[in-house]
Amino acid sequence: MIAGFKVIAPGLFTTIQDRGRRGYQNIGVPVSGALDRIALTLANGLAGNGADAPALEMLVQGPTLEVVAASVRVAVVGTESVTIAGEASRTVPAGRSLLLMRGERISFGAFTGLGAYLAVEGGFAVQPVLGSAATYVRNRIGGIEGRTLQVGDVLAVHAEAAAERAEVSLASALEPGFDRPIRVVLGPQDNHFTEAAIEIFLSEPFVISRQADRMGFRLEGPKLTHRGDSNIVSDGIVAGAVQVPGSGQPIVLLADAQTAGGYPKIATVISADIPLLVRRSPGRAVRFAAVTVEEAEGLRRAQEVELASALGDLHPVEDGPVLSHEALHSANLVGGVASATEHD
Amino acid sequence: MSATSGGDNAGIRFLPAGDTALVVEFGDRIDRALSERVLRLGERIRESALAGVTETVATFRSLLVHYDPLVTGAAAVKEHIADLLDDRAGGPRPRRLFRVPACYDQACAPDLDEVATRAGMSRAEVIEAHCGQDYHVYSIGFLPGYAYMGDVVPALALPRRTDPRVRVPAGSVAIAAGMTGIYPIESPGGWHLIGATAIRLFDPDWPQPSLFRPGDAVRFVPISREDYDRARAAMATEPLQPEASP
Repeated sequence: MIAGFKVIAPGLFTTIQDRGRRGYQNIGVPVSGALDRIALTLANGLAGNGADAPALEMLVQGPTLEVVAASVRVAVVGTESVTIAGEASRTVPAGRSLLLMRGERISFGAFTGLGAYLAVEGGFAVQPVLGSAATYVRNRIGGIEGRTLQVGDVLAVHAEAAAERAEVSLASALEPGFDRPIRVVLGPQDNHFTEAAIEIFLSEPFVISRQADRMGFRLEGPKLTHRGDSNIVSDGIVAGAVQVPGSGQPIVLLADAQTAGGYPKIATVISADIPLLVRRSPGRAVRFAAVTVEEAEGLRRAQEVELASALGDLHPVEDGPVLSHEALHSANLVGGVASATEHD
Repeated sequence: MSATSGGDNAGIRFLPAGDTALVVEFGDRIDRALSERVLRLGERIRESALAGVTETVATFRSLLVHYDPLVTGAAAVKEHIADLLDDRAGGPRPRRLFRVPACYDQACAPDLDEVATRAGMSRAEVIEAHCGQDYHVYSIGFLPGYAYMGDVVPALALPRRTDPRVRVPAGSVAIAAGMTGIYPIESPGGWHLIGATAIRLFDPDWPQPSLFRPGDAVRFVPISREDYDRARAAMATEPLQPEASP
């Protein structure tokens, strides 16, 4: 019997992701990996994992998962709360670690943004493909058979029971930052656009269209006019590239984008702000602001320092340490704990 | 320290691609000589193993250099690349040559008649032209293992189809925009389908997951429908072996 989770409902687009698959873009394999690198890292940190442990990325509508292990420790980041159904049904805030017992079911209300991440202590047990557990659905690589979750899947974990330790939470919740400008570095093909187009791009709001997925977000807004041809000789693509086809409507390319493409790229979203962009669901607005490469590199470094400090500053959760039944019995505390929770 | 002006390095441009990559652009057109320079720089960057440079992606006329901004920065990467661009003796690059068996039978080649008509050639002439030269693998993209190979003879340099197919079968041999390619898996596609091959192009279990890599040479060899069907039925899992190019 595999210890882990049974998928009761798969959600809309739930995949195993880690920080991505590097070193194969030259042969056409996209990086993939979590759209929101920060939420993934925080969820993994809360669950006691390194930043790259395979976790679940849940987009638009979350799954319902049933625990098929003695216990598992999970952490969810990217939404406000999670619902646990079972003997002790409860709603628990996200942004903390959480112990689930066999038979309990975890599900998710409406996500605050586009999606959320669920990490499990020890990471999901997935055979890496080309050095990564990340799912790339288009080529059926990685994750669970290279696809989104299906009813009846069993997501294996590495241990039959969670480690005994206190639960922890983030000192402050992850801010979705829906109103913050998305910073870009202009180029590589900003010279393929009129000056007016650049000015419009950096001043007018755009709206995320319904065509938003792991490959990219199509935006709607004022037309960005090319200076001449709207095609270029195909060149390499990096996550965050803002390409503009002949329609003049920009597309921000993301984790699963092709490794090369033939439309001019007016700008590139800086790596520090990709998480900010991908938290926004269709219908939300995006404004762009330009920074230099040096500023972008500095912002990314500062963000990593902040992230490390958030992970170094996890707070114990107030509902107290988790004690095993054995420990409770040996300390003769079972009744005491029960009565303590019944009072007040 | 660096010699980026004059001679072979004239016209090279560094373009920003955010804070995790930069583009080294050698020109703005599809050109074998530019491609060789792209490939040579990619090779030198790999050999020099600069800390923080994570991978490079060769395309027709530029090299995308990915880096980790937590380890290095664009300024340092540019300086390093400028040094690598110094003209050093660059002898002929050894090339692998793959001979790809392809079936041009009617059933494998839904667009061959149309291509022949548009090119003002017979079916046999199209096949002969397509099989008559070694192609250069410029770049791999669109799908894992999908090689952009060229250049096809001018008569066969048709634009993409105006009505792209929703499903192109795996193994389809296609032409468009002066290039030829093979679909590694079933996918949507807008190229003209003029043949089919049973060889596998991509397998993550192979030590080198893509059969082709940029810089390889590929020649198509026409085979009968029977040989094609036999090869398909055999479902070889081992990659096609290359030979050294003359």
